[in-house]
Amino acid sequence: MADAAAARHLRTYGQIAWLWVRAAWQYPTSFLLLALGNGLITGLDFVGLWIMFAHLRDLAGFSLQEVALLYGSASLALGVADTAIGSVERIGAYIRTGRLDQMMTKPVPLLVQVCADQFTLRRLGRLTQASVVFGWACTHVDWTPARVLVAVSMLVSGALVFFGLFVGFSCIQFWTTDATEFANAFTYGGATVTQYPLSIFPREVMVGLTFVIPVAFVNWYPCLYLLGRGDPFGMPDAFQLASPVAGLLTLAAALLVWRTGVRHYTSTGS
Amino acid sequence: MLHVAIAARAFRRYSTYRAATLAGIFTNSVFGVIYSYAYIALWRANPTAGGYDQQDAVTYVWLGQALLMTIALWGGGSTDDLAERVRTGDVAIDLYRPVGLVGWYLAADLGRAAYHLLTRGFGPTVIGLVVFDIALPASPVAALAFGLSLVLAVVVSFAIRFLVASTAFWLLDQSGVKVMSGAFAIFFSGMMLPLVLFPGWLGTLATALPWASYVQVPADVWLGKHTGTDLVAALGFQVLWAVVLLAACHTVLSLATRKVVVQGG
Repeated sequence: MADAAAARHLRTYGQIAWLWVRAAWQYPTSFLLLALGNGLITGLDFVGLWIMFAHLRDLAGFSLQEVALLYGSASLALGVADTAIGSVERIGAYIRTGRLDQMMTKPVPLLVQVCADQFTLRRLGRLTQASVVFGWACTHVDWTPARVLVAVSMLVSGALVFFGLFVGFSCIQFWTTDATEFANAFTYGGATVTQYPLSIFPREVMVGLTFVIPVAFVNWYPCLYLLGRGDPFGMPDAFQLASPVAGLLTLAAALLVWRTGVRHYTSTGS
Repeated sequence: MLHVAIAARAFRRYSTYRAATLAGIFTNSVFGVIYSYAYIALWRANPTAGGYDQQDAVTYVWLGQALLMTIALWGGGSTDDLAERVRTGDVAIDLYRPVGLVGWYLAADLGRAAYHLLTRGFGPTVIGLVVFDIALPASPVAALAFGLSLVLAVVVSFAIRFLVASTAFWLLDQSGVKVMSGAFAIFFSGMMLPLVLFPGWLGTLATALPWASYVQVPADVWLGKHTGTDLVAALGFQVLWAVVLLAACHTVLSLATRKVVVQGG
């Protein structure tokens, strides 16, 4: 029963997303420039890391290819989450313009509508670039069946963690519609943190990134497993396999915050 | 006088979004902390990278966060209004007003920049001072020159954003060009990584492009890396790009004006 509903929501999501893709094609030049621009932003991001390594042999004990593994996996996870539901960031604007009220009157779950709204394939730029970096870094890993399994679970769970962060922190806008940037500190901030080996941070930061904003599970712990490295902070080995738990917990927390936010929502009234 | 009035109104317009400002200061500070630790790791491994020491590097991080919104590194600011008015056709009304369009939008953008400097520039800098012991301006001359360099940085950035917005005359929508331009600005301004770290020809290229005026030049002035004639040369570099780009804005605008007339009423 629940499965049938989920499949229906997914189909609705696909239909709305496809409408937006066709709409974006009405300005093909702009569409292509946007996709190229998005690929460029993330591409230059990695050039930045590469330039860092022109001055270094290793960053806190991690080689360029090891950092690329961290960077590529986190960027892929973020890219998947951002492509699927990145529009949720805009709920503040929907509240201000009264568009959210319109959405609530429609027979499709609000979260599905908000996530699919203004869906854009230009984010494929990031996914392409991240795949290339991740692919290159993967040649450095000494693969075993268990590691393949952990790598797959890392990408799925990482996307779930970012999915949760995007939805959860966007809900702040139910209370303060103009403080959208607050969420960026956790979503894009989390994405930036995961580009680096977490061993560059003090232990307290590291603990926060494990238990409060669990981005350490996006790539740090599973990558330690893939690289067969010990944890520099001496965290339990089980953490290296715990990404799915972190992903599901983040998602559950985010959906709870979302429901509270929607219940709290009383429209702008105009 | 008119332009001062425009700037003052722009300042007040931005000051109405208080929660947004606080959220922004918080976010800039979080990124400041992240990049500080990354740079500390880099300079711990290579203590003289790019001719900076660790304190220079961490100071550079917080200056970058302070300048991010002031310079409008990602694009936006008053030029977004222009692009929107081009898209809707309202720009036709602007064009027959007895005020220069470039001067009008520049004044508005300086007002915006002043607001962002006082809030999102000052806020993170204080946090950087408390948490990371960043360096203050190297000398009174450096502090004064930094102020001048900052104004020039905003003007150069404005001119580039104006040119980006002007593409709407031809493309109807600036967003694609804006994203591209923002990507270049982040990379070549030294926001992502100080340009002093860029190796070989990439470094030569990056320091010659106008984006170097955004972060690298003001930061080096603050850190006292330029003194005497070198300081004059650094500011002269910014002036040169400001003049060249503002001239380009006027040219593009006169071309665009003809385009608007051709489209007819």
